Amino acid sequence: MKHIAISVLGAAAAIGLMASAASADTLSDVKAKGFVQCGVNTGLAGFSAPNDKGEWTGIDVDFCRAVAAAVFGDGTKVKFTGLSAKDRFTALQSGEIDILSRNTTWTINRDTALGLNFAGVTYYDGQGFMINSKKLPGVNSALQLSGAAICVQSGTTTELNLADYFKANKMEYNPVVFEKFEEANAAYDAGRCDAYTTDQSGLYAVRLQMSSPNDHVVLPEIISKEPLGPSVRQGDDKWLDIVKWTYFALLNAEEAGVTQANVDEMKNSDNPDIKRLLGSEAETKIGTDLGVSNDWVVNIVKATGNYGEIFERNVGQGSPLKIARGINALWTKGGLQYGMPIR
Amino acid sequence: MQEHDMSWVRTEMTLAQTAPRSQVGPGAWIRRSLFSTPTDSVMTILAALVVAWALPQILNWLFFSAIWSGADRTACLTTEQGGQLPAGWSGACWPFVTSRFGQFMFGRYPLEERWRPILTGIIFVALIVPLMIPRAPFKRLNAILFFVVFPFIAFFLLVGGAFGLRFVETPLWGGLLVTLVISYVGIVTSLPIGILLALGRRSKMPAVKLLSVVFIETVRGVPLVVVLFMASFMLPLFVPPGVTFDKLLRALIGVALFSSAYMAEVIRGGLQAIPKGQYEGADSLGLGYWQKMGLIVMPQALTLVIPGIVNSFISLFKDTTLVLIISMFDLLGVVKQNISGDPTWATPQTAKTGYVFAAAVFWIFCFGMSRYSQYMERRLDTGHKR
Repeated sequence: MKHIAISVLGAAAAIGLMASAASADTLSDVKAKGFVQCGVNTGLAGFSAPNDKGEWTGIDVDFCRAVAAAVFGDGTKVKFTGLSAKDRFTALQSGEIDILSRNTTWTINRDTALGLNFAGVTYYDGQGFMINSKKLPGVNSALQLSGAAICVQSGTTTELNLADYFKANKMEYNPVVFEKFEEANAAYDAGRCDAYTTDQSGLYAVRLQMSSPNDHVVLPEIISKEPLGPSVRQGDDKWLDIVKWTYFALLNAEEAGVTQANVDEMKNSDNPDIKRLLGSEAETKIGTDLGVSNDWVVNIVKATGNYGEIFERNVGQGSPLKIARGINALWTKGGLQYGMPIR
Repeated sequence: MQEHDMSWVRTEMTLAQTAPRSQVGPGAWIRRSLFSTPTDSVMTILAALVVAWALPQILNWLFFSAIWSGADRTACLTTEQGGQLPAGWSGACWPFVTSRFGQFMFGRYPLEERWRPILTGIIFVALIVPLMIPRAPFKRLNAILFFVVFPFIAFFLLVGGAFGLRFVETPLWGGLLVTLVISYVGIVTSLPIGILLALGRRSKMPAVKLLSVVFIETVRGVPLVVVLFMASFMLPLFVPPGVTFDKLLRALIGVALFSSAYMAEVIRGGLQAIPKGQYEGADSLGLGYWQKMGLIVMPQALTLVIPGIVNSFISLFKDTTLVLIISMFDLLGVVKQNISGDPTWATPQTAKTGYVFAAAVFWIFCFGMSRYSQYMERRLDTGHKR
C-alpha cells in the first residue's frame, strides 16, 4: 500500500512539476538528465515533421540528433518539443529546451535583445517568387514581374519585403493578401495571382500541392536574407561551443568526403585533416577540450551523415521537395557553407 | 311494437375506417410537407436541385473517385502531376489517413506502448455504456467506478512510471487521445464545480457569493485562448527558472476552470426556474440546506437544463482544438501538422482529405452527445409536452 502511495506521488510529481535545466552549465545538466531537449517546428516540410511512424524528420531535427551524438555518442538521446513561432523563445529562455532548432532567422535583435546565441546557419533561406510558366511564358526573372498580381500571406515580414523590393526596383504590383497559408495556396493554384511569394524552401513545398506542379517555376531572385540556424541561451559558452562545432563538424565531414557509409574506413585514412577530424590522431585532445569524447565526429556522422547527406535526405534530391543546394553548397562548390577548421 | 323495428339504435359499433387515401402514405406526406403552398413547392424544387447538383459530386469525391491504397503521394497524383491518375482527377486521398491513422489517434505515443491508450479506451467504453443505459443495474457502483476510480486507472495507464509501465511524457501524447483526455477532465470537473459555483452565487453568505461572482465573471470575461496563452507563455516566466509545469496539465487546469464558470451559469439558470414553493416546501419538511438542494432543488434544476449542459459539453469538446496554439496536438492539430509538414504526402487533395476526416470524427462525437441528451430529455420528460 505504501509503495502504491509513493508511486502515486512520484508519478504525480513527474507529470506536474518537471524540473528542467536553466542553469549556466547546460552540458552538465544535459549529461545528468541523459538527453538533449530540442525545440523544433510543429510541422514544416523538410525541416521538422513526423513521419508515418511518428518519428521526427527534417534538417532541424537531424541537427539536434547530431548534437546528441556529439554529447552522448548516440543520436537517439534527444527529445523533441514542437513549438509555435510564438512560444519558441519563451521555451528556450525558461529552460524548457536546450537548443532551439526551429527554422529561426538569425537577426541582431534576437541575438541581443532576446538573449539568444546563434551557433551557425544550417540553411540559407530567402524570400523568392514562384510563377506558373504556362500562364506567364518567357518570365525567368522577378524583374519581369512589373504589374503582376502577387499572392502573399498577410502580417508577415514577407509582405513588407515584397513592398520594399518592388519599390526599390520602381515596379508596380498588385498584392493579393490572404490571412492563411492554405488560402494563399488555393488562390494561387486557381490562377487568381500571377506569382506567389514566400520563403524559397516554402515555395518548393507549396509547389508539391499545386494541381500541375511541373508548370510552376521558382524564380532565381532572392529578395530577403533568411539565415536559419540553431540557437542556445546566452551566457553558456561551453554549450554554445558544442552546438557550433557540431555544425562545423558536419560541414567538415562533407568537405573531407566522410559519409555515413564510409566513416569506419575513413578512420584509417592517412590524410592528416581527416585523422584530426575523426579523432584518430594519437593523443588528440580536440574532443575532450570541447567537453565530449574524441570520436565525437565519428558519432555525429554515424548518427546523421554529413551536412550534404542531411540536406539531400530531407530537402534535396532524396526528398519530394527536390531543392537544389544553391547557396547552401559548400564554399568549395560555390556556396556559403564554410566549416571552420578542426585542428 | 313498431319502435323496435326502427333500427335507429346501433346494435354494433362501426369499424374504424382507414383514413382517406389522400391523407396517408408517402404521397400525402410529400404533398403536405413539401408542396402544400406554391412557395413551399418552389423551395422544395430549388432544394432538390441543389442536392441533385452537389450530392453526386460529394459522394464521387468521397468514395467513387477516391483512392483507397497507396504508399506515398504518387498514389494520389494525376499524370500531369507526376502520378498515374487521369488528368483532371479529383478525389479523396484516403491512404494519407490510413498511413497516419495511428498518429491521428494517439499522436506520437510510442508504438510499442499504444496498447495502453487502447486499454484505457476499452475501460472507458465498458464503464460509460452501462452508465448511460437507464435499465442497467449497479448504477451507484458504476458511477463511482467511472467518476472516481477510472481517472486513477487512466492516469497510471497513460502516464506510466509505476507498476513497471514505462513513463510516457505528455508532449508525446496527441490526436484523439488528447482531445478526449481534455474533454473528459473538463466535463467531469466542470459539473461539480459548476454546481458549487451556481449555489455559491445564489448563497446568502456575502463572502461565498462575492467569491463565486468574481470567479465566474473573471473567467467568463476572457477568451479561452487568453487563458491558455497565459498558462503557456506567462507562467514559465513567473515561476523560478528551471521549474516548468507540464503543458498538458496547464491546459487541463485552464479548460476545467473555464468550463466550470460557464457550467455555473447554465445551472444557475435551472435554479432560477424552480418555483419558490419548492424551496419553501423543502423548508417546511425540515430539510437542511444540503438536503434541500440535493433532494428537491438540484434534481429538478439539472433535468431542466440538460440541453444547456450538453451544449456546454459539446462546445467544450470542440474548444479542445484551441490547445494547438500552445503546441499541444489534439486531433485537428495532428491532422494539420501532417498536412503542412509532410512532403511525402503533399498533394492537392491531402489537405481536403485530412480535414474531412477530422470533421467526421468531431461530428460523430458531437452528434452522439446531442442524440443522447435528446433521449434523456424525452425520458425525463422535461419538455413539458402536451
